[in-house]
Parts: sequence; structure tokens; C-alpha cells
Amino acid sequence: MDLNFTPAEEAFRAEVRVFLAEKLPPRLAEKVRTGKRLTKADMVDWHAILNARGWLANHWPVEWGGPGWSVVQRYIFDVETALAHAPRIIPFGVSMLGPVLMEYGSEAQKQHWLPRILDGSDWWCQGYSEPGAGSDLAGLKCAAVRDGDDYVVNGQKTWTTLGQYADMIFCLVRTDPKAKKQEGISFLLIDLKSPGVEVRPIILLDGEHEVNEVFFTDVRVPAANLVGEENKGWTYAKYLLTYERTNIAGVGGSMAAFDWLKHIAGAQKKAGRPLSADPYFAARLAKLEIDLENMKTTNLRVLASVAHGGAPGAESSMLKIRGTEIRQEITALTRRALGPYALPFVSEALDDGYNGEPIGPDYAAPVAAEYFNNRKLSIFGGSNEIQREIITKAILRL
Amino acid sequence: MDFTHSDDRQMLADTLGRYLAQKYDFETYKRIAASDVGFSRETWAALAELGIVGALFDEAAGGFGGTGFDIAVVFEALGRALVVEPFLGTLMAGRLIGDRTALIERVIAGTSILAFAHYEPQSRYDLTELATTAVRTDDGWVLNGSKAVVPQLEAADQILVSACTDGGLGKQAGLSLFLVPADAAGVVVRGYPLIDGGRGGELLLDGVTLDPDALVGVESDAYEAIEATIAAGIVALCAEAVGVMEVLRDATLDYLRTRTQFGVPIGKFQALQHRMATVALEIEQARSAVINAAAALAGDRWHRERAVSAAKFTIGRVGTLTAEEAIQMHGGIGMTWELPLSHYAKRLTMIDHQLGDEDHHLERYVLLGAESQAAA
Repeated sequence: MDLNFTPAEEAFRAEVRVFLAEKLPPRLAEKVRTGKRLTKADMVDWHAILNARGWLANHWPVEWGGPGWSVVQRYIFDVETALAHAPRIIPFGVSMLGPVLMEYGSEAQKQHWLPRILDGSDWWCQGYSEPGAGSDLAGLKCAAVRDGDDYVVNGQKTWTTLGQYADMIFCLVRTDPKAKKQEGISFLLIDLKSPGVEVRPIILLDGEHEVNEVFFTDVRVPAANLVGEENKGWTYAKYLLTYERTNIAGVGGSMAAFDWLKHIAGAQKKAGRPLSADPYFAARLAKLEIDLENMKTTNLRVLASVAHGGAPGAESSMLKIRGTEIRQEITALTRRALGPYALPFVSEALDDGYNGEPIGPDYAAPVAAEYFNNRKLSIFGGSNEIQREIITKAILRL
Repeated sequence: MDFTHSDDRQMLADTLGRYLAQKYDFETYKRIAASDVGFSRETWAALAELGIVGALFDEAAGGFGGTGFDIAVVFEALGRALVVEPFLGTLMAGRLIGDRTALIERVIAGTSILAFAHYEPQSRYDLTELATTAVRTDDGWVLNGSKAVVPQLEAADQILVSACTDGGLGKQAGLSLFLVPADAAGVVVRGYPLIDGGRGGELLLDGVTLDPDALVGVESDAYEAIEATIAAGIVALCAEAVGVMEVLRDATLDYLRTRTQFGVPIGKFQALQHRMATVALEIEQARSAVINAAAALAGDRWHRERAVSAAKFTIGRVGTLTAEEAIQMHGGIGMTWELPLSHYAKRLTMIDHQLGDEDHHLERYVLLGAESQAAA
């Protein structure tokens, strides 16, 4: 038993810190720290900075431009970048599509698409969910019919995160309507500039345009964009979901958000004392901090088992549930800490160049909206109820 | 980072687990736990022979273990078998009398049993809310006071007692420790059975006169040592609780797979599946909390105390959840004396009543946090 990182891992942490001090633009860190709205350019800039160092696709093998890090190094990187308030890496190309192409794509697909993910030539989005296929994803209906050298795609995808910025979408499409539902699905790469594609915004409860609906009407997609074999898409989809899970607990993000919560609870006053000294609020904070400390160790236990050759299995579902519960509780307490100043909401205050006088404390503007936005955490990526189903079957074997 | 045990420690855990599986089955537990003595001298001697007592102490104290993880593996195995023998008192008292070589040798050999009598009827879980006094005389010391709910008090031949020595009742400064022979004049023990098996006792010290060398450690300066030994006791209880929880989890899963109603195993019902998934997830959090506390036991005081309070809070919360859910999911049969399950549920629930409960340790965790801010 040894909970310490090795000297080599600590040296790596120091290297990451130096990199962040030198290369993370203070302007971006300040926006992330204070909950300002990031633009597409902000995200693209940060990807480019990471890519210049070879750290963008940090779980990719060296032959495809990854740094060859261990799971522990990736964990350290995640925590350090979060604590430094770096923007998050947009996962769709780097974390989701990349590993699928490496495992199942043709040589030509790998040579073409992987470098373009790294250099930002393509912004990818994910076409999984449909209006009638949420938790029951395999019930999807968006259809692709082979016609000569093309597939012709008709149907609809939804909850497409940042699809408004995207050039490409990787889609699960039904290619065999007669087969058992998991066995008639294929994995197709579609250019969003194709005729017949329409991306429409969905505005979420915080007023933000984060997700979209994507409609396909007789969209012609070259058959060369089929990944792997026809009707094997469900296997690839599951691989995508299980591949990149070392960060599913979101430890780094929660650590940074908890620090910010403590800062706010120390600055807010109740009866002349810091809110953090109020026994009821202090008890809520303490419970949350203890849960977070426990989850950090649970997460490291899973990482250690992966580092020793184990596969991250259904433990990921436990980490997803607890990780999102903790993050949601952080946003709930941050909202609660503001008292009445959770109410004012001037959306423009979250944009670059806003010069208005803050209403209430200067940290108040994004807090309630972030709380509402983060309700998504227990819904997306397999709702927490679906995660309990996975635990039930894979761990409890009921 | 390494979450595996060393070979030696794993061997210790395996040896103990094997012995208990063979010699301490549920029927044996019920017989011992309900007996007049409330433990088995034969079992105690056999476990000492196996080196289990020695594993609780470091080499300086004549043992061959004594780290947080040594304590944790032993108590987790004890928890799995519901062992009622006097390990907790021996651990906490033994760590405070390390310089008494002859006595600790007898303890490790299993021929002497210790109790640690610190809490009092009015102190609840507070470490300093004490009224027992020790007054220096020409011939030594005179002790007066009473101690509450001491586990396996009757089993002990030597009782380590805390008392106020400089008149400063209820304060950290002024606490001292005394080794009191159980047969000393004025020592009155009122023993009783405990709801989770085994026995405890109230200790009355009625003008107990002791030799000068009964004082353990430095006069009026025992608080830090008491806090540290209680931290070790908390690691032990938390690890024991994880052992108990895993038995409850496995028994409940087994029941969910085999009990049928409405024509299917009840484990097919989502209402139970999701609750069980939550229990399983929380037990992993509890195990992580024990690892954090065991690792912190050798560290500086502030980190150690934060980690043990975090662990005891977590164990209290998850322990109650696990015990209540295990009974509920078993339905009526979970209420019966006949089933091991109910005995594990009782032990798990009562662990929250030893060395500070969930609320006590949450408050303490908060206060320790404020301490660090004040110091910063």
C-alpha cells in the first residue's frame, strides 16, 4: 500500500505545471475560472497550444501522435490542467472518434482523419441520440441505405453538443431494419456541409446554445466513410463508450470547482461571519469534501488496476455516478452560497468585453446558470440510472 | 501508487481469514458472543499464537506490524467473522504502554488482556469531558471516578485508565494515564451483555490506590497520545466495518438472486437493483475512506485526525445505509435472530456508537478545517 506518486510522476507533475505557467493564456484561464462563456476560437486556440506540445490526444499511442503517457500521467495532467483553469479538451474527435478509428478504421481512414483531429482541420460532433432513442440507444432509426458508392441517409439526431461549430459528425445509423436492433447498426462519418444536412439549435434552460438537432434528408455519404463493417456499428459504439473512461470521475474539475466554492463561501457573509463558518453550511461543505476525498481514492484504485493491466469495466459506472453527484452538489452549494444574488442573470456579463458593473459579488454572475447547466451531468453519457443498470448486470450480476 | 498489500501483510490476512473460516463460524460466534464471559480465552490464545496480536504493534513495542494497514487487514478479517474477542481495547491500550516491555510481551503472547477505559458517562464521545481524578499521595496515586461502556472490560487483567491530574477538569492539559490492575482494591466492574454480541462494562474507581509507577507516560501530558491511540482505534473499527459491510452485501446479493416472488428472483426488480447498486457503490467509497485513514495514521496530527474523522463519518453514514438496506431487502427473514445477516447488521450499526458517531466526526472534521485556516 502506497498512496504516493512516484518521484518520476511528481517530476511529470512539475513539468505539466511549468507548461501551464508558460503556455496557458492568462486570458483563457481567467475566463474559465470566473465562468465566462468560451468562444469557438478559445477552444480551438487551446487545442492548438496542446497539440504544439504533443499533449492534445494524450491517450493516443505514440505512432499516431500521442505522448505515450501512463494512466497515472493522464490523471495528473487532468488534475493539473483543471486546477490551472485550462479549458477542457473537446472530446468528440480526440477521445471518442480517434480510438474507434485506430481500432476499427481502415488504414486510409486513419491516415486521413487522425492527423486532422490533431491539427484542428475537422471539428467533430457525435450523432448518437435521437428523439426516440435516448437511454435505449439501440432503438435508433436514422437510416442509411446503400446506393452505388454512397449511402443515402435520412433521419434525425439530437443533443448534438457543439454541433454548430462542427465540420463532421460520426453517426450511428440503421443499415439493416430487419435485424435485431443491435445488429443492424453501422458507424458512418458524415460531412455536415453535405446537401440535405440541417443543424438547428436547442436552447437549454440556462439560455445557452450548447446542443443541437441535426436533420438528414437524402444526404449522400461516400461508402468509404463507413467505419469497419456494415452492421457492426454497435460494437464500435460500445468500444467508444468504454475506451476513454479514466477521466470519467472528473476529479480535476471537481477539485477546482470545490476550491472556488470554498472561496465563495469564505467571502459570503451570514450574521457578520463568513458563510463557511456557519455550522449548517460548514457541515454541507464538509460532507462534500469527504465524499470528494473518498472518490479521489476510489478513482486512483481504478487507475492503479488499469495500470496493472486491468480493464476499466463497470467500476467506471460507479465513478460516473459518484463523480457527477459530487459535481452537481458543488454547483448546488455554490448556488446556495450566493443567497439572493443567485437570482440576477445578465447573460451578456458572461461575454468577452462586457464592462457593466457586477450585480452583487463579482463571482455571482454565472453561478445559478452553471447549476442548471450541470443537471445534464447525471443525464448524459448514459444516465445515472443506466449506470446503475450496468452495475446491476456487470458487477452485482443480478 | 500501489493499492496492493505487501506479501507479509497479505499472508497475515490470509492466515487470519483461514483460521476464522475454519474455527469461528456463525454457530461458534453465537455461542461465544452469548456466553457468560462474552469471549473465548481459547480463541484469544490461538489468535495470539498465530501472531494476530503482535501484528497490531510495531517492533519498538515488541510486535511486528502496527501500521495503519496492518491494523486494517486484521480488523477487516475480524469484521467478516464478527469476532468479539478483546482486540480493540488491547490495540488502543497496548499502543500506549509500549515502554512496558514485560507487559506488552505478555499481551502479544495472549497471556495478558488489556482494556482502555477513557470515555465517561457524561463525556459522550468527547475526549476531554472527563471527571475522573488522580491525586498524588506520598505512596503513589489515588483514583476516583467512573468510566463508561468499556468493551470487554471484564476480560482485562490490566485496565489503562485516563484521569485528570492537575485539577483541570475537561481540558486537554492535565490528562494522565494509569495502569490499573483489575483486581486492585476499589475497582468495581459492572459487566453486561452488548446488543451486538460480547460484553462491555462500567468501571467504578472508588479510592483506588496505586503505586507511583502506575503512571504511564508523562504526568498531565497524555492528551496527544490518547488522541493518537483513538485514531488507531478508529482505523480498526472502520476496517472492521468494511469487513462487515462486504458480508452484508454478498449475503443480500445472494438473497436477491435466490428469493422468488411474483415468479421471478426479486433481484430482477429494478426498485431493488438500483438500491443495491447504490449500496455497492457506497461500500467502495467506505473502503477508500479506510485506505485514506490507514495511510494517514503515521502522518502529522492534523492530516491524521482529518482523515480518521472523514473515515468514521463515512463509515457511520454508509454503515447505517448498508445495515438498513440489507434488512429491508431481506424482508421478514432479515428480522430474524436465526440469520447471520441480522447479527452483522447490528454490529455494523453499533460501530457508529463507538469512538464517535457520524455527527460527532463531521463536526470534528469541520473544526479541524477551521483550525488549519486559523493557523494559515
